[in-house]
Amino acid sequence: MSTWRFLAIAVGVAVAAFAVSAWLDLDYFFFAGYVILQYVVLAIAWNILGGYVGYMNLGVSAFFALGAYTTVALETALKLPLPATIPAAGVVAGVVGLGMGYLTLRFKGIFFAIATLAFAIVAETFITNWDYVGGSAGAFLLHSQRGPWFGSYIEYLFLLMLVLATLAVTVARGVERSWLGYGLTAIRDDEEAAEASGVPTLRLKLFATGLSGALMGMAGAPLPYYVSFLEPASAFNLSYAVTTIAMPMIGGTKTWLGPLIGALLLATVQQVAAVTMSSEINLLVVGVLLVGFVMFAPNGVVGWFRRG
Amino acid sequence: MTITYPVLVNAVITGLLMGGFYAALSVGATVAFGLLDIVNIAHPTFAVIGAYTVLVLNRSFGIDPILAGLLLTPVFYGAGTTLFRVYYHFFERRGDEPMRGLAFFFGLMFIAEVVLIMLFGVDFRYVRAPYVTTTLNFGSIALPLRLAVPFAGSLVMLAALELFLKKSFVGHAIVAVAQDPFALKLVAVSPVRIKRIAFGIACASAALAGAFVIVIEPLQPAIGRDFIGRVFAICVFGGLGSLPGTLIAAISLGLIENLATIFIGASWSPAVAFGVLLATLAWRPSGLFGRG
Repeated sequence: MSTWRFLAIAVGVAVAAFAVSAWLDLDYFFFAGYVILQYVVLAIAWNILGGYVGYMNLGVSAFFALGAYTTVALETALKLPLPATIPAAGVVAGVVGLGMGYLTLRFKGIFFAIATLAFAIVAETFITNWDYVGGSAGAFLLHSQRGPWFGSYIEYLFLLMLVLATLAVTVARGVERSWLGYGLTAIRDDEEAAEASGVPTLRLKLFATGLSGALMGMAGAPLPYYVSFLEPASAFNLSYAVTTIAMPMIGGTKTWLGPLIGALLLATVQQVAAVTMSSEINLLVVGVLLVGFVMFAPNGVVGWFRRG
Repeated sequence: MTITYPVLVNAVITGLLMGGFYAALSVGATVAFGLLDIVNIAHPTFAVIGAYTVLVLNRSFGIDPILAGLLLTPVFYGAGTTLFRVYYHFFERRGDEPMRGLAFFFGLMFIAEVVLIMLFGVDFRYVRAPYVTTTLNFGSIALPLRLAVPFAGSLVMLAALELFLKKSFVGHAIVAVAQDPFALKLVAVSPVRIKRIAFGIACASAALAGAFVIVIEPLQPAIGRDFIGRVFAICVFGGLGSLPGTLIAAISLGLIENLATIFIGASWSPAVAFGVLLATLAWRPSGLFGRG
């Protein structure tokens, strides 16, 4: 199936999902659906580098939060609307990903992983010290009750995230099935052999890091409006990283389907559990699921249905 | 801000003392990373677990924090060897995915943090010991014992470890397992057993480092994360697996951090370790004392 046909189907599914939710017209549904879709984008984005290439980005929260703070900065400076700040957030996070990748990707993947984790702390320090975007005190981003086109504002945010999720799934699948994807998989299987047979490994890794970071930044861009009040400690929360990494591990890391399934499963369970359990137990469940799947089911849920 | 002579001297002393403590915190990670190829990013969090256990022992039984840390080392050694069994069974034996091992430790770190928050809350905690609040003054130069005692303890710990690695048979075997596990088999030593012992020792060092953490500064469950960048910057800068390298790298980082604090501002000090890490990777990836 070509990417265009897949895009048509994905758009069809998204339109159907939006039609059903608009017909239900429950604000809670939009609130919960937004978070689930946000994790679909994050998990798919993470998997482009983590799953296809096997380089682990532990600083998901940083890329996500940089996207959110790009929105805050552009709103404060230029009053730009969200549809304009989302691509900008993608550019910022993508460029940061490229920079980090350029400095660390020439070494074993382990150094990249450590650098991303350390980077999360540095980025948080930077934002905490930057008073223009609220600094440690945080920033309020108020929005109108109604969306700019129709419906409530949360319905508008839900729609934007649905568009992003459709885009992310299509891009990930497109990459996976193109020569880029084959190159990335070759790096994962044996980097030296790939390099020796003419795969431009560093350039491919940089591409994957940039794309992955950009999508994560875009997923974070609407966050300030979703939470209304954004402060560094919550935007850079480690739980975003752990949850995002747990999703492809649960679903399976080899294809775009794994993170999609993992994100839909885990984020839905979390949304249901958030009503019944304390947030600590909720996070504990995510951590235990991550460790459990990594240990006992290395190929995730998808691996249970596929052989080989 | 004008930087006076005493301010500078005090920053150098603080940097030196903190650096010694960083070495104690990093030594377990550098043994695991450099000699065993296990990237235990949860190592600083293990130290935080040690610190909370020390806190409980100190508060309930009035045990001196550093003595409590010492008493905990056998427990942490046992936990470390058990953890290695799990790690070996699920990751190393399969031999395919070092990345999965990383995700494993990342998950453990997060679980430990959440459990600590559930048990102790997010408030800052302190220990009671005579030296925690005492500062010796020599004219305008201050020597806070809460830094000096862990510094001395760290040096003793590093010296003992170095002696163990250089003089004992098991120590030689640990160094050898990093170089040639097959050769170890030829002299009838199981590389897996040696790695288990080494990982146990690495974890045991976290107990003592945890005692130092809580003597030096107030404790909070997420504090381990602030140390990850520092610990791995030191591991890499020191040349993985070298103890003298670790000490020199740790003291350099302590000095740079504290000088950055007076010249640039305290809020930027977390960025220093990251800078050192990136600079090392860019110019000398094998570190100061790396084998290349």
